[in-house]
Amino acid sequence: RDGSGLDNLSQVRHVVLVLSGKGGVGKSTITTELALALRQAGKKVGILDVDLCGPSIPRMLSVGRPDVHQCDAGWVPVYTDAQKSLALMSIGFLMEDPDEAVVWRGPKKTALIGQFVSDVSWGELDVLLVDTPPGTSDEHLAVLENLKKHRVDGAVLVTTPQAVSTGDVRREITFCKKTGVRILGIVENMSGFICPHCSECSNIFSKGGGEELAKLTGSVFLGSVPLDPQLSTSTEEGKDFMQSFPESATFSAISSICATLLKSLEI
Amino acid sequence: MPCPSLFLTHLVVLFCVLKHSVDSKSLQERQRQQMARGLPKQKPITGVKQIIVVASGKGGVGKSTTAVNLALGLSANDPSKSVGLLDADVYGPSIPKLMNLKGSPDLTDNNLMIPLMNYGILCMSMGFLVDDAAPIVWRGLMVMSAIEKLLRQVDWGELDFLVVDMPPGTGDVQLSISQNVPVAGAVIVSTPQDIALLDARRGAEMFNKVHVPVIGLVQNMSVFQCPNCLHQTHIFGSDGAKNLALSMGVHFLGDVPLHLSIRETSDSGKPVVVSAPDSAEVWAHLRPLGRQLPCPPPDDTGRAGVSRP
Repeated sequence: RDGSGLDNLSQVRHVVLVLSGKGGVGKSTITTELALALRQAGKKVGILDVDLCGPSIPRMLSVGRPDVHQCDAGWVPVYTDAQKSLALMSIGFLMEDPDEAVVWRGPKKTALIGQFVSDVSWGELDVLLVDTPPGTSDEHLAVLENLKKHRVDGAVLVTTPQAVSTGDVRREITFCKKTGVRILGIVENMSGFICPHCSECSNIFSKGGGEELAKLTGSVFLGSVPLDPQLSTSTEEGKDFMQSFPESATFSAISSICATLLKSLEI
Repeated sequence: MPCPSLFLTHLVVLFCVLKHSVDSKSLQERQRQQMARGLPKQKPITGVKQIIVVASGKGGVGKSTTAVNLALGLSANDPSKSVGLLDADVYGPSIPKLMNLKGSPDLTDNNLMIPLMNYGILCMSMGFLVDDAAPIVWRGLMVMSAIEKLLRQVDWGELDFLVVDMPPGTGDVQLSISQNVPVAGAVIVSTPQDIALLDARRGAEMFNKVHVPVIGLVQNMSVFQCPNCLHQTHIFGSDGAKNLALSMGVHFLGDVPLHLSIRETSDSGKPVVVSAPDSAEVWAHLRPLGRQLPCPPPDDTGRAGVSRP
């Protein structure tokens, strides 16, 4: 590999972390949908999936088990289409059995993430989204330390409306403030469920928690995404939800979040 | 006659080869012994009879909610049993909120932390030791040390069951707990979605790797019933966990529906087993008790542990 210090992130214009203190709020789903929305808006997007214990993105993008190649500059990301508009690198690609459990302690994870962040040859990208595992641990510190040389534009925080979720995300917000990561905004996911039968809206996971959290911490509220079985099914089956359901309320919500994000990144 | 120095060189080479092959066997054996010495020894927690972990691999499937209601269910099922609840999710401790507990634990004379109690359950969590908004930005090594303290430097007293709420993932915390204390069994929680099931499978595999028996799989958020028209929607898919349990040869412990009341009571710190003891959701949580949970050893009267609800 070329050891001339070639910076693989030099042609990546913006780096956005997708964080949450809480597990299972939809970080990977939101990362995937934002990436698809950004692509629809004509941007070149990359996704770096550093959730070593539960890498979900390859499945959501229906990428399967591709071979990962190396070039002079490092790992070649996997492209989801022929136009190379959406690039992806995930730990899942490097495991022999993608369903294998990655039972590693911190130092090993830190080492791998270091490689991941600096050794993927992204080429030219408008936005690189980084999907993280829940919490504030080795993986997050490793990502930030390795991205220090490059610039991190900020973080999008995902929460569900309920108190146990917003409580954890509050910690994540403090983490961002302490580490100097700009908070681009908060997304409230699973915000309300519309019964397909009678259209009654049930707040299964409560309501308004995300917006309250944004107010409490002085952050931007990017928007709410409803609990949509069609979105769950699309991610399960690796289908492009943004293309398949443009009439849905969920589509509008995600598009609006994408637009706000683009504005704050000044693209 | 061969040159003496060449002969000597051959001898030396032969000697080295022999030594190497003998050495590599004993070297391997020595290495094996060293490695075994380096691994932590499993030591039971004084006074605690059975440790049950509630895990998943995937975040947000309801581990904490299940752990809390399981602990309460164990107590409700047999009030003579003493139950503790340990929140091992260092980064995102939910137990204080779910159990409506706040405050810093006091210390005993020998510097053990006194667990906080609510609804008859003794609880310990990192959440009691840090500010609400403070992030725990710790690397793995510090987390291991914290877990050790939460396990051993707490005055648990005599417990029949210690239910441990695990964090998501398959890393330091899971390894530390499995290697340091004898775990009677693991209850794995998942939602029906494939994405969650993949992680649940990884979680189960991890327990196999560290020789912790998997008691079974709970399928959480199985179905949602509209409170208005009673139409049922499988928001997160259906039967995925049931099928996974079958394919992995682990017991399927049951379905817990996605019910507004479970979330509402959780948020208000009055878990559903306590606030609505006769509801269907409660029986869903109690069902695991009647199945495969390990029984504490019989007491002096010869009666076995858990009775069927």
